[in-house]
Amino acid sequence: MKDINELNLPEDVKYTKDHEWAKADGDTVTIGINDYAQDQLGEIVFVEMPAVGDSFSAEDEFGSVESVKAVSEMYMPISGEIVAINEDLEDAPENVNEDCYQSGWIIKVKPSDLSEMDALMDKAAYLEMLKG
Amino acid sequence: MRYLPHTQEDIQKMLAVAGAGSLDDLFKTIPDAVKVKDGLNLPEPMSEWELNDYMEKLASENIACKGYTCLIGAGSYDHYIPAIIPYLVSRSEFATAYTPYQPEVSQGTLQGIYEFQTMVTDLLGMDIATASHYDCGTALAECALIALRKNKKADKIAVSDLVHPSHREIIDTYLKPSGYEMVLIPHTKDGLTDMTALEAMDGIAGVAVQSPNFFGHIEDLAAVKKVADAKKILFITSFTEALAWGILKNPGSFGADLVAGEGQSLGIAKTFGGPGLGLLAGTSKLMRDLPGRLVGRAKDSNGDDGYVLTLSTREQHIRRERASSNICSNNGLNAMTAAMYLSTIGKIGIREIAQLNHDKAMYLKSALAGAGFEPVFDPPFFNEFVMKAPRDFNRKRIDLINRQCVFAGLDLAPYYPELTDHYLFCATEKVSKQQMDQLAKEVA
Repeated sequence: MKDINELNLPEDVKYTKDHEWAKADGDTVTIGINDYAQDQLGEIVFVEMPAVGDSFSAEDEFGSVESVKAVSEMYMPISGEIVAINEDLEDAPENVNEDCYQSGWIIKVKPSDLSEMDALMDKAAYLEMLKG
Repeated sequence: MRYLPHTQEDIQKMLAVAGAGSLDDLFKTIPDAVKVKDGLNLPEPMSEWELNDYMEKLASENIACKGYTCLIGAGSYDHYIPAIIPYLVSRSEFATAYTPYQPEVSQGTLQGIYEFQTMVTDLLGMDIATASHYDCGTALAECALIALRKNKKADKIAVSDLVHPSHREIIDTYLKPSGYEMVLIPHTKDGLTDMTALEAMDGIAGVAVQSPNFFGHIEDLAAVKKVADAKKILFITSFTEALAWGILKNPGSFGADLVAGEGQSLGIAKTFGGPGLGLLAGTSKLMRDLPGRLVGRAKDSNGDDGYVLTLSTREQHIRRERASSNICSNNGLNAMTAAMYLSTIGKIGIREIAQLNHDKAMYLKSALAGAGFEPVFDPPFFNEFVMKAPRDFNRKRIDLINRQCVFAGLDLAPYYPELTDHYLFCATEKVSKQQMDQLAKEVA
């Protein structure tokens, strides 16, 4: 397990208390689980994703990640409609372990209110939370 | 583990280890108010032969298939059980094995389950099978729940009205408190599931069809698959007579997504209706949706084979509130029995037994037709079929049980009120030609 100083926490994404990350790009937001979450879970063997077209509110459960030792639910950082899911994860769930911010992204959302992003944590605030 | 009582000497030894002077001393933490003071209300001890006599007398008050000619199937079948099965299965290693929550010390049990799962997938032509469930009805209800979980936009499941009536009741019981609904697909005048009615149904998450169905008829599973695919819903098929797959094309070859079945025919006695053996198999795509336990084969650090409970992150002992089923136990001893039965009769044996069942049922049907019974349906069947009986048959039927020791068919009226005077007959390999001829003579 990584030490808190070893975590890869990019500056250009936002973080949730449930260890997801979210990044706005034009009118969509890409969402995944962060380095802390993938590291804690260990070897990921399955990612259960919602269907394109499904709508969720912020903090709704939208899927789950299953590792060899546990299953964890994933929660929406913001409200919106699913516009894309990372289908590559069906055959290569290990992408989440290898690169959770790039090839390991999970869903893309069309937000109903982009300003909800402001309520999420930046790197400094998230680190603060992890340190407790 | 053997069920032998402790001797006084054993008790003294255990007390010494526990550091207690007497039994009262050992149990002193239990409040007096909850202790039984006057002893248990039991009869006096009996000698072994007295006890055997007593038990035999009690047992003989029941009418069992032993000593009778059984021409009823309807979900529970009277098959020959090879002598090796009761002998092997009563070995204490099998009979007393507890559920393997400590898998590393239960390698034998786990290997037994693994072999069972492998044989079930072979028999049904499916990718994966679970370690077994209580019976076909509960396995089928679990399949309905999987379909509803997969297709979240639908809240109904279509079930053929020729699925065993008890199994439909179990599905209904499962669904009622959940807000989901079971909708029945009616049957055609040929005694087959009405595909046109299914095609017209909307908002369904899956379709469940039994084949051979409750009337014994072989359903057109390819047609069901076609409709399921067009509607993008799960295709579930069930069966109550596992030996049918000895001669029929199995569910996997029709592209079934999920199969629920009763394994009682595989070496398990009828025992007055249970316990049965629920088989549940699916495609690898549904691997993570299957309820209950699965055993996999892995390698240990020395490269040797080891058996493990796998994909159990959805089991109750890990995430109770997220478990995909509230029944995660399996019918271990009966699964073991089925594995022993299948390996005893082998590939050729199951085909021969299945052929015998079919041939005898054909003979019984023609014998009854010759005795004034009317065949009502025409589709191909395996070992069960429906006949309309002459008017005074029901009186004769009861007389046959009492006088001739023959169970002659199941009255269908309680299940299908429009079928008054119709009876479901079954012939297995155990029925002789002479017995069938005798029956025809009696009822003519």
